[in-house]
Amino acid sequence: MTKTPAYDLLIIGAGPAGLSAAAAAAEHGLGVAVLDEFTEPGGRMLGQFHEEKGRWWVGRRVAEQLIEKCSVLGVDIRCGVSVHGMLRTDHSWVVRSASGSISAARVLLATGAAEIPQPIPGWTLPGVMSIGAAQVMANVHYVKPGRRGLIIGVNVLAMAIARELSVSGVTIAGIVLPERNSVSGQDALPEEAVKRLLNLAHLAPSPLLRIGGKLGARLGMAGTLSRIFPRDGMKIWGIPLQLRTAAISINGQHHVESVTLADVTIAGEIIPGSKREVQVDFVALAGGLYPLAELAAVAGCPFVYAKELGGHIPLHNENMQTPVKGLYVAGNITGIESALVAMAQGRVAAAAICRDAGVLGKGLEHTLDEATDHVRRVRAAALIQFHSGIPDAREQLYKKREEKAWM
Amino acid sequence: MERITFHPILGPQRIEREPVSFTFNGRKLTGLQGEPIAAALLASGIRTLRRHEESGTARALYCAIGHCMECRLNVEGRGKVRSCLTPLEEGMRITEGQQLPNEITGRKLQ
Repeated sequence: MTKTPAYDLLIIGAGPAGLSAAAAAAEHGLGVAVLDEFTEPGGRMLGQFHEEKGRWWVGRRVAEQLIEKCSVLGVDIRCGVSVHGMLRTDHSWVVRSASGSISAARVLLATGAAEIPQPIPGWTLPGVMSIGAAQVMANVHYVKPGRRGLIIGVNVLAMAIARELSVSGVTIAGIVLPERNSVSGQDALPEEAVKRLLNLAHLAPSPLLRIGGKLGARLGMAGTLSRIFPRDGMKIWGIPLQLRTAAISINGQHHVESVTLADVTIAGEIIPGSKREVQVDFVALAGGLYPLAELAAVAGCPFVYAKELGGHIPLHNENMQTPVKGLYVAGNITGIESALVAMAQGRVAAAAICRDAGVLGKGLEHTLDEATDHVRRVRAAALIQFHSGIPDAREQLYKKREEKAWM
Repeated sequence: MERITFHPILGPQRIEREPVSFTFNGRKLTGLQGEPIAAALLASGIRTLRRHEESGTARALYCAIGHCMECRLNVEGRGKVRSCLTPLEEGMRITEGQQLPNEITGRKLQ
């Protein structure tokens, strides 16, 4: 005898992708539950804000609207619930969670991303945290991560959060590169750092990024920029960005007291005699993001590697379906992009799920196609581009998915 | 560390929280009801949440969203929890994660 699953759709992750999908699916009459490990729904949007054409985009407000919509539509959002297992039975999924087993006809994984650890001597000292942790402490929990901090790692995430922290009243002594070694690799090169920052061109009113934004597409530009970049750095939003400086070690007896810095060449080599210490009481490490996809592996989904998308991602098509029956993905688990792209992907996943559940009615392809078109438009217009090669990488992936013809 | 009472862009905190008392390693402290234990401790200037099980060196909050497990500590009646995800409650008795007896690993540390 087959038991009816408790939900038509169980979504894991209450961030932009999960909540958007929940609202869209519930609108079509599906019984939806959303699980999240964090204490409140909204995902990382809760701590995100940035300036866009002179106005502030506030992630928390977007999250609140989505939560409200879900609540009106009867979506069951459960927070503080960790998911650690997934089992496929004949007709449904059984999801093992901290609050017991939950069954659902379909599962959408919207687990988001995690930060790439960036080891450096002294990184286990209290006061050293990932850059995302500093964001969560200040902007979600309203506790300053420290009085004066240094950010190690130059990338889009580091710049965006540096700005947020400084607006939140946290002093940032500087943003520097990691020391070049086998772990940091390309991340430690001044040229590579400039290339990454060029993706932020629209966001910054600074001369470097304005010039870079116009000319960045031309080959060789990044190299030239890092060569002319002043040794003692330049200020962006009032924060010293030091692309010719690397962090050698984090120092302190019981907690962070200082960071040893040194000047580096274009190739990232330390210039002898340039070592010095900067006094700080916290350090934020910015190693970048990777898709958080363990549950897809647990569910038996095949993976593909796409550097532009941030690493190993569950194989999926443009409709956010994986080759595993009843398993869908949306948001950063499919590749690192902005919250707006994640929300658009959530709506695609919901459309595909509703179609597969037979609740879309006539004109269904129309709804799904519209949703996928919308993702492309949002992606093209995104202010925060984590990687310049995202659209191409996506096309490659979807082709791969079709070639394999899993379903 | 200092609390942000009114954020210049975000305004007041999303959820209004009542003050509660709790203890950490026997020390009486106050925090806000429902905020993560790690946030309450940081607001009281406490960063060290755990001693490394083997070496005994200090460990603290690292990722703040439950991925890294670095912030695990003990809450009486609940055992080991991730302090970044566990909401603070009135009267909680909390102790830092402890170094384990060396016999468990059998390894000699320098």
